[in-house]
Amino acid sequence: MYRMAVLGDKDSIYGYAALGMDVCPVTDDVAAAHKLRELAEGNYAVIYITEALAERIPGEIGRYREQMLPAIIQIPGVYGNTGAGIEGVRKSVEQAVGSDILFGNQ
Amino acid sequence: MPTVNPTRMELTRLKGKLATASRGHKLLKDKRDELMRQFLELVRVNMSLRQRVEEGLAAANKNFALARSAMSNETVEVSFMASKQDIEVEVQPKNVMSVNIPQFTVKTRTSNESDIYSYGFAFTSSDLDEAVSSLAAVQADMVKLAEVEKACQLMAAEIEKTRRRVNALEHIMIPQYQKDIKYISMKLDENERSTQIRLMKVKDMMLEEAHHYKEKEAQKAAG
Repeated sequence: MYRMAVLGDKDSIYGYAALGMDVCPVTDDVAAAHKLRELAEGNYAVIYITEALAERIPGEIGRYREQMLPAIIQIPGVYGNTGAGIEGVRKSVEQAVGSDILFGNQ
Repeated sequence: MPTVNPTRMELTRLKGKLATASRGHKLLKDKRDELMRQFLELVRVNMSLRQRVEEGLAAANKNFALARSAMSNETVEVSFMASKQDIEVEVQPKNVMSVNIPQFTVKTRTSNESDIYSYGFAFTSSDLDEAVSSLAAVQADMVKLAEVEKACQLMAAEIEKTRRRVNALEHIMIPQYQKDIKYISMKLDENERSTQIRLMKVKDMMLEEAHHYKEKEAQKAAG
């Protein structure tokens, strides 16, 4: 059985504990990268990460992009939506098709 | 200039390679097309799911910010210290055109919905209840989003790889083989022709040797 975790600044993620997910409040880049690696190599299938934090450790996240597990999913934090999540979907389209033909004009 | 040996054996070998490459090219192209079809379907779902989740989370976040502002840090922290609910996911790999995508099935420890409230209601504001319930409402969509988005990422990577292979076969390998095959067959034909000519020449010389046509011709002219 795998578990789910949420990574981000404390204000954005503390509520997820109520749903039974593991919350890992981090703010520091280095600590975040370290924690993400620890979670990814541990027993976690889904890791939600706030967009604000994900923006600061793109390399670490990119490492797991082509692996089946874990799924690292960006979510908006309490300080607003940066649009990085949507951007990620667009990037997939771009990677697959060569150019963004689906959502380019949205 | 091609660096192949113009021999029959090399020709046979190259022809075999060309046949394999063409077959591989066709198969990979089919794979790419099918992957692309499924990907485009999935990515649309991904986008709408993401928009829905982001809206839901934005609402939940607002509620959480509100709740936090009405309570002290300690109360909030204590509220979530002993969570009653526990969530686990079962992962089932699914093979889509040789891409392994995970499928998540969520298992919660208790099925009772009110178990998401891990605190007594006496010291917390009602905003917190609302926040937690609004978060719980998007939870199912969030898991679905994780599944779909991961599938999209994996398929995008696979499509890119397959596309590169198709292009390499189509524009580099296959033309190269065709060129080499052409070169060898031209060279072999050339050799054949020169052998033929040589044989004809030798035959002429041997006939001359046996019958002395030229001498007789000269005598006739003189006599």
